[in-house]
Amino acid sequence: MIKKLALAGVMALACSTALTQTAQAQMVTYGEDAFPSTYTPMPSQTILVRGANVFDGLGGEMTNTDVLLQDGKIAALGENLEAPDGALIIDGSGKWVTPGIIDVHSHLGVYASPGVRAHSDGNEVTSPNTAEVSSEHGVWPHDPGFNRARAGGVTAMLILPGSANLFGGRGTVLKNVASRTVQGMKFPDAPYGLKMACGENPKRVYGQKGGPGSRMGNFAHYRKSWIKATAYKKSWDDYAVDYAKWEGKQNDDAKDDDDKESKAPKAPKRDLQLETMTGVLNGEIILNMHCYRADEMAQVIDMSKEFGYQVGAFHHGIEAYKIADLLRENNTCAALWADWGGFKMEAYDSIRENIPLVHNAGACAIVHSDSQSGIQRLNHEAAKALADGNKAGLNISQGAAWTWLSSNPAKLLGIGDKTGALKPGLNADVVVWDGNPFSVYSRAQTVFVDGARVYDRQDKAYQAVADFELGQPGEGDEK
Amino acid sequence: MRHISKLATALSLIGSLIASSALAQTIAITGGKVITNTKQGQIENGTVIIQDGKIAAVGAGIAIPDGATRIDAQGKWVTPGLFSPLSGVGLVEVSAESSTDDSRAGDSEFSAALKAADGFNPKAEAIAITKIEGMTRIAVSPSAGSGIFAGSGFIADTSGGFNSISKHNAFMYAEMGERGANIAGGSRPAAWAYFRAALAEAQAYRPGRKNDDALLNSADAIALKPAAEGRMPLLIHVERASDLMAVVRLQRAQPKLDIVIIGGAEGWMVADALAAANMPVILEPQSNLPGSFESLGATMMNAARLNQAGVSIAIAQLGEAFNARLAVQQAGEAVANGLPWDVAFAAISSTPAEIYGLSGQIGSLANGMRADVVVWDGDPLELMASPDHVFINGQAQALVSRQTKLRDRYMDLSNATEKPFAYR
Repeated sequence: MIKKLALAGVMALACSTALTQTAQAQMVTYGEDAFPSTYTPMPSQTILVRGANVFDGLGGEMTNTDVLLQDGKIAALGENLEAPDGALIIDGSGKWVTPGIIDVHSHLGVYASPGVRAHSDGNEVTSPNTAEVSSEHGVWPHDPGFNRARAGGVTAMLILPGSANLFGGRGTVLKNVASRTVQGMKFPDAPYGLKMACGENPKRVYGQKGGPGSRMGNFAHYRKSWIKATAYKKSWDDYAVDYAKWEGKQNDDAKDDDDKESKAPKAPKRDLQLETMTGVLNGEIILNMHCYRADEMAQVIDMSKEFGYQVGAFHHGIEAYKIADLLRENNTCAALWADWGGFKMEAYDSIRENIPLVHNAGACAIVHSDSQSGIQRLNHEAAKALADGNKAGLNISQGAAWTWLSSNPAKLLGIGDKTGALKPGLNADVVVWDGNPFSVYSRAQTVFVDGARVYDRQDKAYQAVADFELGQPGEGDEK
Repeated sequence: MRHISKLATALSLIGSLIASSALAQTIAITGGKVITNTKQGQIENGTVIIQDGKIAAVGAGIAIPDGATRIDAQGKWVTPGLFSPLSGVGLVEVSAESSTDDSRAGDSEFSAALKAADGFNPKAEAIAITKIEGMTRIAVSPSAGSGIFAGSGFIADTSGGFNSISKHNAFMYAEMGERGANIAGGSRPAAWAYFRAALAEAQAYRPGRKNDDALLNSADAIALKPAAEGRMPLLIHVERASDLMAVVRLQRAQPKLDIVIIGGAEGWMVADALAAANMPVILEPQSNLPGSFESLGATMMNAARLNQAGVSIAIAQLGEAFNARLAVQQAGEAVANGLPWDVAFAAISSTPAEIYGLSGQIGSLANGMRADVVVWDGDPLELMASPDHVFINGQAQALVSRQTKLRDRYMDLSNATEKPFAYR
């Protein structure tokens, strides 16, 4: 979280300028990202894809279109664009160009391959509320899964903690680039997410460990925690107001010295858990909630109103189709599988038309993976959902279906002003496919992140090999 | 879709009426692109005649018998029903609820003696869900619980009928590799020591003869004997190349065994040895991650490379029974990674039939074969294609499941306040 608490942020800025003149006690703030992004794009050159089919990620589909990538950005989209000097021309005939896929539900890095016990870093299964932990501290940047996902056209993802806990911890948005450090992958200026979980998982995990042991207990725990977070937020908001008053006095020449010498207000004690939750209450951390059943989602929405926060998305949402209207009215996305389900009671009512029905109701639909395998073929998952929806009588275009893969995810993650669409000015996070990406026979040919070629199926020089895979069977193989 | 479902239901009713009155029902599927899985190959604008539950004729320009029910398949594909080569369909309802899971028995006294068929429920939700995606036959296997021999599996159709098992005791399943090592006491040597000893005991077993230091109780020994003597396919799950070579050595030492490899993620590394040993592989082409230290070499090229080397391959989606139908997607992705289309399609239809010794009955469209036939609205391996008609033993199947009923109930939310959905 780069931004500070809404009120505290403004105060802190005022304070730091004042500090240069006087030596008074600085206002205590928090919320600066303690692990800031060090991402820098790989070198890029100007690219002009000529005469391709295009899904622009905003619902549009075009044929025989040129796409120009320049200085790391989408520069232009249109017919017969002029090639800038030195541009590399890619023949787009028979090819498709799309925005890079964004997976809003990935555990790459926190449940890295190989899936040995030592790599289980995605669930802090020690308390129902671990809002204080952050997925970035569990990510192993050498997970070979990042490279596989890149070959599947994935350019960014939200790495989430698991769903064992009611409050699982912070999720981190990463660019799908190879780096020695997590900070080198962090998407600059992307807000954090908070992972929460409904239903069976928390009550199963904590039922014998002091609770919650039922859905009733789940909700009681949520609400108790939000009450604490609300008080915590108020203590910081009050502090900001008190500090401003005190500071006003210090700068007021009319006041006598006794007033000026009074001590600065004492800042509340920091609490990492409540900080994350306060971030949600302040709209600066985006809530991503694992929730399968329609009735449960409806109650979570009421709870969000009780405490005044926004649910960004329900994840898995097996029964989202039953309350798609409610999702639309509350501006809450549903991040869903195309056709997984059945594996537990709360997944028993899965249907293959879930995604298209949510879309058709005017709500925000997203295809997510929650899988190191599924993340490699999210375009194929979207294709199945699209076909099933249309066979059931809907009429959704392929261009519209691509919003499930890029622009809707980008909006949810708070990076929609930076990526997720082929729109001039946005980051050149782009995939060139060797055929229609909704065909099972098509694969990503070239993948760009910020205009830099990060994957090329035809060129080993652009295929990252994880440290772990060096010297192992199949090192550098076609995967 | 709903219209088609009603038609299918109607056909199904007609079918059962006729079957019960023992009259000959004839169906002619005309004008489609017919995939035969025989020397006839693909037939454009072909006709398939179904009579008395069997394929009566396949070809272009053949005469349509009087009174035949016609199905116009112009612009569509007509194929043999798909065959899921390995799953727990019908054994598991909700995998997280152990009360509904009959696929494994970790606390059982028995291992090889466990018969998956004893747990088969043809009314399980996954049956219809699998069927309406074009899978008409399923090989159903237990999973290893108390011992590395999981028990015997069976072959069934997906009609949902109580007589839908087409072959009992069709194969024996054994878990080796990492998981087998874990079950056997903690190491691969422990698994192999147990495996060899159990195989020898089963081979030597004679009813009534007591053996004081026996590993297997008599029920397990009786059950394992056919596989141990090569009279029943022995499915062995291994992934690592060195484990595959251990199985190859077993096959060389005991040529009578009818071994089928399950998994085989690193199979491409020893493809020639597998081909020479004539062992088919049932695999998941999507497996391309070093998910464990036994699949470091996993690649989506595995299927194509094994086929290139002459290994017979079948394609499955292992794991959740609910997802067995996704083998079709896996087959399509194998094609994207170099496997010829015909081989990929066979890998989910005729090759499983061959592996289980049923190629004289199912897996292809030829005269006299059981009439498991699917009419698709496009290339069956494509993600956006789906079945319009499914026939099992010549009977039209209703393309209805819990999923389609839930969909139809909630398709329209616009009048949500009028009448509760439970009345719709």
